[in-house]
Amino acid sequence: MAILSARGLGKRYGAAEVVKNLDLDLAPGQCLGLLGPNGAGKTTTLRLLLGLIEPDAGSVRVLGLPVPHAAREARIRIGVVPQMDNLDPDFTVRENLVAYGRYFGLDAATLAARIPALLDFAGLTARADARVPTLSGGMKRRLTLARALVNDPDLLFLDEPTTGLDPQARHVIWQGLRRLLGEGKTMLLTTHFMEEAERLCDRVVVLDHGRKIAEGAPRELIAQFIEPTVVEIHGDAAEAWAEARGRGACERLEQAGETWFCYTREGAALADSLAAEPGLRFLQRPSNLEDVFLKLTGRELRD
Amino acid sequence: MNFAPPRFSLRFVPVWRRNFLVWKKLALPSVLGNLADPMLYMLGLGYGLGRLLPDVGGVPYLTFLAAGTVCYSTMNSATFETLYSGFSRMHVQKTWEAILNTPLNLDDLLMGEWVWAASKSLLSGLAILLVIWLLQLQESWLLTLWIVPVAFLIGLTFSGLGLIMTALSPSYDFFMYYFTLAITPMVLLCGVFYPTDQLPAFLQHVAAVLPLTHAIDIVRPLVLGHIPPGWAWHALVLFAYGALGFWLALVLTRRRLLR
Repeated sequence: MAILSARGLGKRYGAAEVVKNLDLDLAPGQCLGLLGPNGAGKTTTLRLLLGLIEPDAGSVRVLGLPVPHAAREARIRIGVVPQMDNLDPDFTVRENLVAYGRYFGLDAATLAARIPALLDFAGLTARADARVPTLSGGMKRRLTLARALVNDPDLLFLDEPTTGLDPQARHVIWQGLRRLLGEGKTMLLTTHFMEEAERLCDRVVVLDHGRKIAEGAPRELIAQFIEPTVVEIHGDAAEAWAEARGRGACERLEQAGETWFCYTREGAALADSLAAEPGLRFLQRPSNLEDVFLKLTGRELRD
Repeated sequence: MNFAPPRFSLRFVPVWRRNFLVWKKLALPSVLGNLADPMLYMLGLGYGLGRLLPDVGGVPYLTFLAAGTVCYSTMNSATFETLYSGFSRMHVQKTWEAILNTPLNLDDLLMGEWVWAASKSLLSGLAILLVIWLLQLQESWLLTLWIVPVAFLIGLTFSGLGLIMTALSPSYDFFMYYFTLAITPMVLLCGVFYPTDQLPAFLQHVAAVLPLTHAIDIVRPLVLGHIPPGWAWHALVLFAYGALGFWLALVLTRRRLLR
């Protein structure tokens, strides 16, 4: 039984098809990652699933309810972490939770009972009466996450939850999200941090230009689309090496600026041979979802 | 464009409460900002100019001006709240975006903003009414109590109209057009400072269709101690301006935020 399913979802703005014939399924307790470059249609997809905008094609069911027809009833059981912080700057941490909880129709007693646990989850118990502008970026994100939990949702929508955070703050958010998954919450996560999707998601859907171009478990996608090892090669002699030896040494060779990306099954042997060459610098690493992503969506910039 | 009429639900109440909670924190500067200006006009012109004038409209100038100032102050407060504060919540702080992710829909959200701005502007009207009572300018204390619901209605009128501007605005600067082209002409033409029958005929026709004129046509008789002639018509016009303004604002905000 899917907690969320979309069939043939489509949305166009004028001539631009922002979401095209998209199917999505999310089972209870799972995390589904929506990956895509900027402008791939991730946020529009979330807005369609929340019933904020009408699709031009297709149908959506969320928590057993037809959306957008019963969007209000669905949203009662959804928590949303938006891409941009939109906390109330005039309020304290606690007041933000109270005001937000009221939008879900929660009364003062319910909120008073729920808020200590939310503050604890966000690590903000000591800052409960601090005003929002005095919080760090990481604290604001944690508060935004806690705010999304105020209605004890069955389903969480997270739109790039760690964009703009430093590594420490990002890891704290990830721990929080893992804990929620452990408690059985279901998540839909958009991100362009491949690492984030690999760490958290059971399955990922790669979107580009509004279309699904790949779907599967992160490990499966890596195994399916890409060689297990990548060697990144740069330095004065890199170009000469790539021309003379690259094709033979690599199963696939890509150039991006001054760097050559050599995808291979024989990473250790290649690294040994490169170490002997003067004028080369290289990094050998296991391939990851980012490599899959770049292979599928290309290396050119999306502005 | 989606012209569907507003759907009413009590879910607008948490939006009102949110704005009220912010207002409570910032009440002092907010009250001063809203009240000082109209009150100074009223007392400065009322006393300063009033000594030089014979009775205006059959009453001392201060009394005449006080009735207009109730309406002017209410209009100003409703306008500022929906334009500047509303735009902050919609565009700068993205508060509306946060609210739309909850079970509230845009109809609830704007209804909350509309009723809130009217409530806040009611206070601005009441503050002038308080001055009227303190200075004993009213003929009948009981009759002036009617000003309380009327001020709320005036608040709904100008909040509804203000929300249209908020929905259209690309930035704070845009609001200067509304003040220059709508609010200031109303303040000067609709009978706040002098009776509209002093105007040339064509300007009287213009003034007659502007909402502030209808507001003053109700409030001034109440201060002067008689039941306003045609009050039901004036009230209907005020409500129509507010309700149609609200509807149009909703249509425009749907286009802006929900596409």
